Order: sequence, then C-alpha cells, then structure tokens
Amino acid sequence: MEQVQFLGPGMDPVSENRPHPVPSGESLHWLTLGEVSHGGQQCFLVSALWAPGMKAGPPQPAGSLPLALAPLSTFSKRPLSTAVLEALSAEESSKARNLENRLEIDGFPPSPLVVKDFIVLRGLCSPALGRPGQLLNGHTNNWAVLVCTSRFWFNYRHVANTLSVYRSVKRLGIPDSHIVLMLADDMACNPRNPKPATVFSHKNMELNVYGDDVEVDYRSYEVTVENFLRVLTGRVPPSTPRSKRLLSDDRSNILIYMTGHGGNGFLKFQDSEEITNVELADAFEQMWQKRRYHEMLFIIDTCQGASMYERFYSPNVMALASSQVGEDSLSHQPDLAIGVHLMDRYTFYVLEFLEEIHPASQANMNDLFQVCPKSLCVSTPGHRTDLFQRNPQNVLITDFFGSVRKVEITTERVALKPDPSSLGYSHLKCQKDEELTEPLNYAEQLPVAQIIHQKPKQKEWHPPGGFILGLWALILMVFFKTYGIKHMKYVF
Amino acid sequence: MAEGRMPERARLERPRGDRGDRERNQALAALTLDPEKIRGKHAALCFATMAVMLGLPLWWKTTETYRAALPYSQIGHLDSMLLRLRVPVSVVFIQGSLPIVDQQKLPFTVVNERDVPLKCKMKLKCRFQLAYRMAGSHEEKAFKKDTIEEAEAALPLPKEDTLGSLNIFVIPEKSSLLPKDKMSYIGPKRTAFVRGTQVRQALTVMGQRILQVAQSMSLTDEVLAAALGDRLPEDKVSLDKRRPLKSSLGYEITFSLLNPDPKSHEVHWDIEGAVENYVQPFLSLLSVVGNFSMDSQILYYAMLGVTPRFDAASSSYTLAAYSLPHVINPVEARLGSRATSLYPVINFLLYVPERAHSPLYIQDKDGARVATNAFHSPRWGGIMVYNVDPSAYNTTKYPVKVDVDMVPVMEVFLSQMRLLFGIPPPQMPENFLLGDPPREGLRSWEVDRLVWARTVENVATVVTTLTSLAELLDKIGNIVIKDNVASEVYRAVDAIQEAVVELSAGNLELAFRYSREAVTSSEKAFFDPSLLHLLYFPDDQKFAIYIPLFLPMAVPIFLSMIKIIVENQKARKDIEKVD
Repeated sequence: MEQVQFLGPGMDPVSENRPHPVPSGESLHWLTLGEVSHGGQQCFLVSALWAPGMKAGPPQPAGSLPLALAPLSTFSKRPLSTAVLEALSAEESSKARNLENRLEIDGFPPSPLVVKDFIVLRGLCSPALGRPGQLLNGHTNNWAVLVCTSRFWFNYRHVANTLSVYRSVKRLGIPDSHIVLMLADDMACNPRNPKPATVFSHKNMELNVYGDDVEVDYRSYEVTVENFLRVLTGRVPPSTPRSKRLLSDDRSNILIYMTGHGGNGFLKFQDSEEITNVELADAFEQMWQKRRYHEMLFIIDTCQGASMYERFYSPNVMALASSQVGEDSLSHQPDLAIGVHLMDRYTFYVLEFLEEIHPASQANMNDLFQVCPKSLCVSTPGHRTDLFQRNPQNVLITDFFGSVRKVEITTERVALKPDPSSLGYSHLKCQKDEELTEPLNYAEQLPVAQIIHQKPKQKEWHPPGGFILGLWALILMVFFKTYGIKHMKYVF
Repeated sequence: MAEGRMPERARLERPRGDRGDRERNQALAALTLDPEKIRGKHAALCFATMAVMLGLPLWWKTTETYRAALPYSQIGHLDSMLLRLRVPVSVVFIQGSLPIVDQQKLPFTVVNERDVPLKCKMKLKCRFQLAYRMAGSHEEKAFKKDTIEEAEAALPLPKEDTLGSLNIFVIPEKSSLLPKDKMSYIGPKRTAFVRGTQVRQALTVMGQRILQVAQSMSLTDEVLAAALGDRLPEDKVSLDKRRPLKSSLGYEITFSLLNPDPKSHEVHWDIEGAVENYVQPFLSLLSVVGNFSMDSQILYYAMLGVTPRFDAASSSYTLAAYSLPHVINPVEARLGSRATSLYPVINFLLYVPERAHSPLYIQDKDGARVATNAFHSPRWGGIMVYNVDPSAYNTTKYPVKVDVDMVPVMEVFLSQMRLLFGIPPPQMPENFLLGDPPREGLRSWEVDRLVWARTVENVATVVTTLTSLAELLDKIGNIVIKDNVASEVYRAVDAIQEAVVELSAGNLELAFRYSREAVTSSEKAFFDPSLLHLLYFPDDQKFAIYIPLFLPMAVPIFLSMIKIIVENQKARKDIEKVD
C-alpha cells in the first residue's frame, strides 16, 4: 500500500474541499480497497461503486466485502475500472461510469492510481474515515526562512544557493510577505562582480537567480545568530516591521534553508560567530511550544551538515543535509568569467529538481531525498524523518516549497437592504470622484535614457594624503621648535 | 640547571642522613614553629578561603542567568484546572403553558451541568443555570399579539440582557404564535420561545427542551471545537475549525478592487458608503471581540494567477473549482501589507475581469455556476468576481464606465466575514424556527457564541503559553527572565484566574476582558526580546573561557594547600613517633 499517490490537481484529498462524493439518496456502496497512511492518518482507500439495493453507508474495512466483486488480488495489474465494470451488468456499469465522471469533475485525474501490485480506479480518502487519535493533516499557510551566512566574494556560491531556493519557493507560490530572506553579503553589487546586478547559478551565465524582485529582509551585518534566533522564536524588538517577522501560526508549514560554512555541530555566521546545533534545536522547541509551526522542513547545505539536525527534539520536523558528519560539502559550477564557484553541489541538484516542480505536481519528499546521490554530490546527503509524523511518501514537495491555498466556495449571502439615504450619498460621492479622476494621466516614468547617457560625475579634488601628513609634521616641528620638549606636559 | 641544583640538594640531604631522629624532630619542630613559615601558611590559607568564600560565589552570581521568581506552582495548576462555563438562562412561563400543579412549584432554579471531554488534563464543564418563574403582567400582554415577531418586539426589556445571558419564554402548547410543526423559535436578540406542554412531569420534559434551545444559542459543540481546536478528541473536531481567524486583539480589513483592464473599464466603487452603511454596523456589533481598522485600495493591472477557460455553451469564461487555490498567490504579492500593525489582515478582493475574459463565472466541483461568484480562503479573506454588464460594451467609447453595485458585493463580503470570524450560518434542528437576522446581519446570540468561543480560546491559549514558558525555562538553561517579564507573567496568571472565576459566575463580558488581558500579558512575556539575552555556549567553550582566568590563581593556591597538608601529616606522624 505504500505506493499510493493522490493525484488531485494541487489539492489535498484530506480537506474540507472533498466532501462525501456520494449524493444523498442514491444507493451507492463504498468498496474499500485497503488502507493507506496519509498525513499521519490511517485512511481507507475506497472506490465508490454503485450496486443495486444497497444503502449508502460508511466504508467497511477491507476483508468484509459484501460484494460479489471478488477479492482484490484478482484485479491485480488490471485497471479496476474495467474489472469492476466487467463484473457488473450493463445498466450498473453505466451508472458506475456516471459516477466516475462525477469523480473526475471532483478533481481526480483520469490516470489510475498505482497501489503496489494492483491498480485502483480512484483513491478517496475522507477524513471522516480516519481512525481517532491521529492528527488531521492540514496547513493553511506556508512560510520560508532562507539564510545565507557567508560574507565575501569567494563565497558567491552561498548567495547563489539561497537565491535559487528563494526563486523556487517564490515561483511555486509563497509570497514575499511570507519569506524571510537573510543574505549576509550582496554579491550582485560586489565590485568584483563582472556582471553587476546578477547572481548566476549555472555556468556560462545561464540562469540568473537574482531576479527583478528580490526582497532581502535581513542583509549584511543584520544577518547574525541573534537576529536569526529572534526571527524564529518571534522575540523581535517591537519596532520590527512586518516583513522582518515570521508571523506563522499553528497551521503554518515552514521551510528553513541555511547555507554557509560549518563544522561538526555549528554553522558559522559571517566569520564572527556561530550557531550551534543545540541552539537551533532549542529554538525549534520554543517555536513548537508556542505553536508557531505545524510542520517544518529544515535543509542545510554546509560541511558536516548532518551534525546540525542531530540534536533536534521537537516534533514535526523533517531535516535534510548535504553531507554527513566528517564529510565536506563540495562546490560546483566553476565559472571562468566570474572567477568563483557558482553553487554548491547539493543545492545545485535540489534546484534542478525544483525547477521541474509546478504547483500541482505530486513529487514527494522521498524524491527529494534522492535528488543528489553520492555519485553527483561527492558528499553523502542525509535526512532525518523520525520526528516527523507523516510518512515522507505522502508529503508533497509543494507542502513546503509552494503555497497551495485551501479555498471554499462561498454559498451564503447576508441579506442586506439597500439604504435609500445612502444611495443619494454614494451618487454624490461618485460624481465627486469623477471630477477628481478625470484629469489623471500616467505618471512620468523614470528617465532611464537620461540616466544612462549622462556623463560620469567629476571627481572632487582632495589634497593627497602625503600632503596632509607633511602638514601635521610641520605643525609639530614648529611647536617643538618654539616650546621645546620639556613643555610637553603643558600640552597634554 | 640540573648540575646547579645537585649540590644544593646534597647539602640538604646530608644533615638528614648524618643526624639522628631526635635532631631531625627538633629541626622539624623549629621549622613548624618558625613565625615566617606560619605566616606564610596563614597567608596561603587566607587566600584559599578568600577564593572559595568570596570569589566562587561572586563568579557564580555574576555569570548565572538572571531569573526572576515566577509562580511556577500556579502555572502548574493552570494545566489541570477546572473551567466551568456558566450560562444564566431565565425561563419565563406564560399563563397556561404548564399544568397548574407544576406552576405552584415556581419559581426555582435548576442547574444542568455537562462535561466536555478533553484530551488534556484541563476539565471543561458547561453549566446551564435555568431560573424558572411565571410571567409578569407586561410579558403576558406581549403574548396577546398575533405574530411572534410582534410579540417579541412588545416584550419589555429584560432585566438582565448582558452578554451571554439568555431569556426563554415558554408559551402555551396550543399557541398560534408558532407554526404547528415548529417547537421553538429563536429570535435575533437573546430571546427564544418554546412551546409548553401539559403532560405529567411537564417540568422535566420542558427542562429538556429548554436546555436544547439554550445550548444551541450559546455553547454548541461547534463553538467549543472552534475554541479548543486540538484539545478536543479527534472525533469531535469539525472540519471547518481551520477556517476562522485566531483570536487577536485587532484585525485589519482591506478591501481591494482589482481592475486588470483599465483600458476597457473605468471602475468606480462607493466603498466609503458601503463601509459606512453595511460594514460598520456589522463590526460595531463585533467590537467586543477586537478593534477593527479598515482600508481600501484600487489595483490596476492586477491579474489572477489562472487563465480562465472558455465555455462555448454559454459563451462565458469559467474558473474551475480546482484552479481556485492558485488564484490567490499571484494577486497577493500586489496587495501589499501595512508595516506598522501586526494584527491579522483580512483581504476582500473584488475582481472585475478583463474585457477579453468576461463574463467570468466560478464553477463549483459539480461544474455548476456559483450563485455568489465568490470564494474564500481560511484565515486569509475572500474574492468575488464582479462581471460588467455586457450591454455596456455597446459603445465605441472606451474605457467603459462601470459603477459597482455595492449591495450584492457587500452581501457576499459580509457572509465571508462571518465565516472568517467563526460565525457560520446557524444550523438548527428541523423543528426550530429561526428569526431573521437584524439589519446588521448578526444576531445578538451569535455574537455571544463568538465571545464564548473567544474567551475559551483565550483561556486555552494563555494556559498553553504559560505552561510552555515554564517548561522551556526548565528545559533550556540560558533563557533570561527579567523583572518586567516576571510581572507580566504574574499579571497573566492573575487575569486568567479572574477570568475563570468570572466564567463560572456567568459574567461573560468581564471574563472575556480578563482573558484578553491575560493573553496580552502572556504573549508579551513569552515574546519579550529580553528572553533571548544570552547566546548558547557549549560547556567546552565555557571551560576554555574560564581556564585562563582561573589557572594562574588556582595553581599557587592548590600547591600551597597541598604543601600545608603534606607538612601537617608529616608533623603528626613525627609526633606519633616521638610518643
């Protein structure tokens, strides 16, 4: 049963968007095909079938099938739909097909779901069927904290790592307001950057990850261990603006990505301080205690990265690292024009993988674990899932890297009586607005052409340094000449 | 060096070998009695005591994490406290609604208590206090009216019309005020009518009915589920518990008009008038719950993230249900957020589709058109599509002027607002008649239900915050607790105890105020920046820091101590030998 994938287009089968598909009054029967674990919750995999004379009822566990549909094994390797349709009479099968169509409208794609050794027509997982005592899966919002901790030009690749993850999560739908981006150094504006305002992640300047709208929340000397921990725990000074805060709640999935130089049990921040794995684990625990996340994915690309997640003890945290303890993470993509390595191997392959993901794709965490085998990475990427409640198989990449919102159709309306007095008022208002808006024009854009073609600014003249030094020496000499050394004490 | 020392040692050892035991004892005695030696010994001891008595405590004191005293035991008790929610219900019997025998028993008070099972140690009890009495003459007069609405309007204002209280009137069984098949009527205020009975044990039967009505007007299971979330056993958790916004001190409401095609549409909306007429009265009823601030904006060239599909049959464009989740994100980037406030933001978007894509309709899962043409997202807000009247395009002059009719728009937005604040449309049993909501769109008892839910939620939040703070302090050593943080914790503990007391006394409004105070204080304490005052250092690093400080001082002290001890022992041995 491990191979089940739910193929709703970007939707979570376990949600309020998926009501009981059985219309009331119709006699339908639930055929239970087995149990799967989804979202830490044991679900029945069922297919709704019409059968004459049967009342709609809750699905029965596998093994107590009252239908003459033969045991499941007989459907092995065959699409269940045909198997079932064969078993039913013509009239029944047409009804079953109708149901199939309805399910299709419901958002289930036509492609069959593969369940290890047999193929099922449709997988349905209703939360009402879940066994008590297990958590409901569900997050309503996604957050990302992306941290690059390195300074200086030769650490170009760390900035590119972070920006490439930033680009991916943004493309997959996490808005800037939900991303806290910490970049210790601004490579795009570095004087040694031969291509200013760009940060490339691929050789030959193929992919510029420094897009038009990179919103850096913490930059250069603001990227400190303290600030990072404050962001995580929410203990920021009251004057901190909204964009610099992690305003997550108990229904937030958080992605934390870190890259930089690290060692066994620590990650260096800007060559001046470091964060230890204990500190990080404690911060996560504080977040958990305050219900600041629902689930968390921690990814770190650094040497001995696995040491950073060793000490985690808070639930619902999944962690990935680029290398094991005792191993170095290696760089990738040396570029002759830029003169440095453009990316780290692990993030490079993660990025390649993420470029294939779209908001509705069904790739799961197991795919992410296999993104960078040792043959490509040279180091051995590690992961830790024992704290996580769900099976990584059932965790979509988009649960963390994207933001697929739950929506509900609004069916109700509040009956409002139009206020006659307000109508006149609003009419007046409208007229006033019209008068105001009439002469509006598009604003004059920034005079880009002028700015580009203007002459370089004349440098202001400064006296040379030697001149100033000489002047001071002269003043001192004159001073000693007049007063002599022994009067020094009156001066100082 | 070695050669230089040799003769010296030889000189020292020679007298030992040459002289006898007695002489050596004498020499030792002289040595120990030598005042210079004794002074040295005393000095060494003095240094050692100073270091131990003064230095160590000083070092300990100055390097320890500052922790003001916290009411740990009280916080520990919070976790397993008993929360009793008292709902005061006044039950008024109209003449003829009860058998005469039972009438004589009045007035009296019945208390009904119900346990709500919780996963944690906390206990929750709902207590309905039903005060039975006969109707006064004023009330009797009101029930002479023809319809139930008139009767309700004619009722004198009840003595107790506070938040959370209920008034239930029992009308005669044969009364024509209610339709035949209806058993009860629930009005827009805190008033309900229940049909009486003439059977034996009438009071018991009535008690059940009244309880049912009172429950559905105040503490239903949904209310508690919304408030307690993950503390309830799973089989009780309703699915829409994720929909409402969390309790907060205030909310920001933003109305945005999206005009992706300003070349063809010139859209006007009278948002100011609509807010004044419809939203403000609605929110003023909710003002107990929090502060609301509103703003509006018009965004041009703001597109949805999804391209609508053309439906040839109706020559319109459709947005299928499964594509709706992808609509919001691209738009959200344009909405902007206010930097100053940290309250949750609720967005309401009115989207006027481009001319090329209109009319645009939202489809539900069955492919049917959604009547409201709107959808909402939990804890975020709502979006409504507003189609331009196609006849407006019969013109050569572009942009076409569009005046948005705000009434249907506000009808949808207000119903979404209800859902987002956790006031779903009430679901009543079949035989209940529900009065129309007043003009503001909110029934009084619905507000009460929300306040109940928020109070319980606040209490639960404070309990978790305080207990987890205590737990964290226990677990993580380097968290600093300053005095101001401690005082906030004390304030939170006091406020929550007050809230619990007021809840069990039935004063909902006071309880809510206290619970809010407790939330504010506890959050302030938990998120105080000073808690993160010290960074973590592993023990080996601490060792590395202190070694250079302690080693130069410790070596001479230890050596002299060892010397003193060795000498003392030697002296004692010698004395024994002498004896």
